[in-house]
Amino acid sequence: MAQLVGRMIPPNVEPGFLLRVFWRMIETFQIAVVGTAIGVVLSLPFAWLSAKDITPLGPFRHISRILVSLFRTVPDLVWALLFVSAVGLGAVAGTMTIVVDTIGFCGRFFAEAMEDADERPQEALFAIGASRFSVLCGAVLPDALPSLTNTTLFALEKAVRSSVVLGLVGAGGIGQELKVAFDLFQYKNASTIILVIFTIVVLMEFVTDRLRSKVQ
Amino acid sequence: MTAIIRAHDLAKSYANGKVVFSSIGLNIASRERVALIGSNGAGKSTLLKCLIGLLPSSGGEVVTLGESFRSAPSVAQLRRIRRQIGFVFQHHGLVSRQSVLTNVLQGKLGLPGGWRGWHHSIAKQHWREEAMQALADVRLLGKAGARADALSGGQAQRVAIARALIRRPKLLIADEPAASLDPAAGHDVMRVFSELTQEQAITLVYTTHDMEHALDYSDRLIALKAGKVFFDRPTAHVTRADLKDVFDA
Repeated sequence: MAQLVGRMIPPNVEPGFLLRVFWRMIETFQIAVVGTAIGVVLSLPFAWLSAKDITPLGPFRHISRILVSLFRTVPDLVWALLFVSAVGLGAVAGTMTIVVDTIGFCGRFFAEAMEDADERPQEALFAIGASRFSVLCGAVLPDALPSLTNTTLFALEKAVRSSVVLGLVGAGGIGQELKVAFDLFQYKNASTIILVIFTIVVLMEFVTDRLRSKVQ
Repeated sequence: MTAIIRAHDLAKSYANGKVVFSSIGLNIASRERVALIGSNGAGKSTLLKCLIGLLPSSGGEVVTLGESFRSAPSVAQLRRIRRQIGFVFQHHGLVSRQSVLTNVLQGKLGLPGGWRGWHHSIAKQHWREEAMQALADVRLLGKAGARADALSGGQAQRVAIARALIRRPKLLIADEPAASLDPAAGHDVMRVFSELTQEQAITLVYTTHDMEHALDYSDRLIALKAGKVFFDRPTAHVTRADLKDVFDA
């Protein structure tokens, strides 16, 4: 291990290589952001259909819950392998993986946030004949908004970390560059990539923590 | 005057055999202010819900706002009844993170095209004007942009009244509207109720266990005791001794 670390030092800081790593990191970030955005939007209907007392499906809400559980319990690398097989190597497979992973994560926590929303405004609106969808938009979502925002920020943080790893199975991003570096024994390149990943993940956590503290 | 609510031989009991009330007959005319009184568990709230079809009764017949039903109204009847009713509950039921204006506009939900009451930013212009007028009526115009959780209990309940009034209801139902408020705020809320329902020709039916509220803000008192109507008479003819009898075991 010490020998390996010795071969990694000093990291490669050639401008050409750094530029390539920069663009790969941008691609990784794009996979995470686009995947999370689509995933969050798709999580909302799943959460609504799953949430007890709010769902329009009644006892059939378990169908939606089971689907969300399926998305969550299958590891993201397995989803990535599936999507790479389906749509080929690259960022599209990575984005699709993040979408599914985000639905699994947000679908569950969004549903819990909706179930925890204050029931009294919902009862007041149901009493005047408001539809379930109106109650969702008028009372449940505004009340659950801080929790939904927090979950979304966690999902984004998680997606950045996942999208780094997904490259290892060919789903695009910086992970692919890291795999090539290790496969070709270019350990100085690998250490640069690891440092960049570390910086980005820490920066991401810092930004999301700041945003979370602002959500009331 | 036209009858807004008529009930004949109304009864309510639960599957475990517990009888809430039986043989209830009442007639509430348009523009009347009626207080339903009785001790805790006398069945006031249950009776209110049965009268407007929110709970199925176990027997008898009800005609509310022209819709006649036994046990429970049909879905279509319930929809027609709800469109003509405003509700105020013991807890204001405002969405705490929304503005006061949005909360008032949410009174439009359940009416045709009511989805635009989700938020003030998508509401029709004339709805916003109506909401501002309703807020002015409850003396809270200056709070339109405030968040609901920044209001005091009494102010929040007045916003709930504005939310009920924006529906332009024929009948306003209030279930213990002042029970969770301090005496001053409670009187203030009841005064607003009383004045606005009279000005706007709305029938008001409310439950209360506060005798002052019952005597000061109603035209008629209906007292429930042991699952029966104990008395039903104009407020002017009710004495404090009558009220004491209602609450004595």
